[in-house]
Amino acid sequence: MQSASTDIAARAIGIIDQFKGKEGPLLPILHELQGEFGYVPQETLPLIAHALNISRAEVHGVFSFYHDYRDHPAGRHVLKLCRAEACQSMGSDALADRARQLLGIDWHGTTTDGAVTLEPVYCLGLCACAPAAMLDGEVIGRLDAERLDEIAAEVRL
Amino acid sequence: MSITFYVPRDSGALALGAEKVAKTLENEITARKLDAKIIRNGSRGMYWLEPMVEVETPGGRVAYGPVKASDVAALLHGGLAEGRVHPLWLGLTEHLPFLSKQTRLTFARCGITDPVSLDDYRAHDGLKGLQNALTLSRAEIVAQVTESGLRGRGGAGFPTGIKWKTVLDTLAPQKYIVCNADEGDSGTFADRMIMEGDPFVLIEGMAIAGIAVEATKGYIYIRSEYPHAIAVMNEAIEVARKAGVLGASVLGSSYVFDIEVRVGAGAYVCGEETALLESLEGRRGIVRAKPPLPAHKGLFGKPTVINNVISLASVPVIMDRGAAFYKDFGMGRSRGTIPLQIAGNVKYAGLFEAAFGLTLGEIVDDIGGGTATGRPVKAVQVGGPLGAYFPRSLFDTPFDYEAFAAKDGLIGHAGLVVFDDSVDMLKQARFAMEFCAVESCGKCTPCRIGSTRGVEVVDRLSANIEPEKQIAVLTDLCNTMKFGSLCALGGFTPYPVMSALNHFPEDFRPAPIAVAAE
Repeated sequence: MQSASTDIAARAIGIIDQFKGKEGPLLPILHELQGEFGYVPQETLPLIAHALNISRAEVHGVFSFYHDYRDHPAGRHVLKLCRAEACQSMGSDALADRARQLLGIDWHGTTTDGAVTLEPVYCLGLCACAPAAMLDGEVIGRLDAERLDEIAAEVRL
Repeated sequence: MSITFYVPRDSGALALGAEKVAKTLENEITARKLDAKIIRNGSRGMYWLEPMVEVETPGGRVAYGPVKASDVAALLHGGLAEGRVHPLWLGLTEHLPFLSKQTRLTFARCGITDPVSLDDYRAHDGLKGLQNALTLSRAEIVAQVTESGLRGRGGAGFPTGIKWKTVLDTLAPQKYIVCNADEGDSGTFADRMIMEGDPFVLIEGMAIAGIAVEATKGYIYIRSEYPHAIAVMNEAIEVARKAGVLGASVLGSSYVFDIEVRVGAGAYVCGEETALLESLEGRRGIVRAKPPLPAHKGLFGKPTVINNVISLASVPVIMDRGAAFYKDFGMGRSRGTIPLQIAGNVKYAGLFEAAFGLTLGEIVDDIGGGTATGRPVKAVQVGGPLGAYFPRSLFDTPFDYEAFAAKDGLIGHAGLVVFDDSVDMLKQARFAMEFCAVESCGKCTPCRIGSTRGVEVVDRLSANIEPEKQIAVLTDLCNTMKFGSLCALGGFTPYPVMSALNHFPEDFRPAPIAVAAE
């Protein structure tokens, strides 16, 4: 029987091999790992370091620098709310407070039922239809309290 | 005769329901057995009308909007296919005042063509610039770009031709073209719109740059917050490769040039060019000290042209119509056109490409129509989170690099975020510092520590603890950050903070607590 961690290692090595020939392969590898697993399993970092001939500290340094990479799985849904100025001008601060209250979590938190992770995002380029949000990669413009309430209910189904 | 409908695939339109509209329209076409097709175009940039559906008629394209999926059946019943009048009917698209008043050079095709159809691109003057470039020497191409007066549209405003000349003059076996598509500034979406609406213009601009400076490889670094732009760009690059626009023989010439998309990972500072290069190389997005300039030692230590999306996307029209044509637009040392992105609390939010020189007041009041909420405009932040807040009293400032600098502001990437009178400028100043603290790469002290101290000082100010003293400390801190930071993140955060403080002092001196009056 294959253990879960050897399975992760095998899949990770496949991805690393696929990308390691590129110029500057580290970010593409981390993106692909996160795409595959939903997060970057920490046991894959030494594998990357070995394949790229850099230190494990360097890989960790890159992994931890970027906001996108997670070291544990997110909830089943990920709701990103834009916190930047254009959305602020259309009332995003109040919506963010409402979302945190509705879901009972703070930024970067995941509801205890594992339904949803709430993340701040600084601009989705939807500044002409603010406030903006992104739910599991789907863009949402002119978010209002009513739509937010619907989302909060939908993600918990 | 076959009918052609247009439903945008631009993320702004998608965010407002364009996908449902397109699906419903498709179903209705099938159900009604219509001889019709739907083209998923880019956005025309009028976001209050999105999703905007267009139909081709003998008299030109007719627009309807904003269209909801539930409107589609009624629209078709009312004569959408013939462009007939309906409550959502807007008339001929080209005659809509917001569009007809623009000078669309860089965005000439955006919203008109099918973004991933190279035939459509060619039919609308695409590739003419590249074809012209192929008849010129490298030095002649660089001279044209220099002569056009084009300056970096990412915000720094550095002359593009001079950057290219430096790379051309630096001998190396490998050089790179890097397109900075890490458009992180709030209020800006021009890069996103052009990548989603006319990706070939960016590919063409990069190919011209590659030929001009002897680079064979280009990278487009797109932020991960733009999944749709990434998808369209990749699709277009594949089409361009198959058609021989990219690859071992650019348009049948002896030049080699190819492009690869790389995706960012949510770090604002990677919009700074040297941090972007570090990130492309697979490292933390830490700002590099200059010199060496990227033009001498850029990506992987090789000479690199690193330009913003709009700078590169403006090159094809310059090479097609000539430097003099482009230079003829604009004022002072700001030549050509600039895609203004009017955003935030504004009635007519969208992209308006115009020659430099419109005043801030014309842009916000006349073109933008004032606030969406109907309340008075209190402040306009120009140039993203590192740009200054302008009060109404500075609305006569013309949109020009130097004119904005003279008023202690910057045009940046030409995003304008409008705020109504409910905004608390102290809160905005605090946010600027907080944002800098979140996004600082940590290399230099003024930015890394200054931003955190800045948040604390503003918090003491809002708690009314020795306000005059806090204002003095904040001013001093901003001065240190402005002159002591390595890059624009720490160096420009003082712009929103100090402009808020200087132009809106009433928000920084809260009324004394009314205990004594009781």
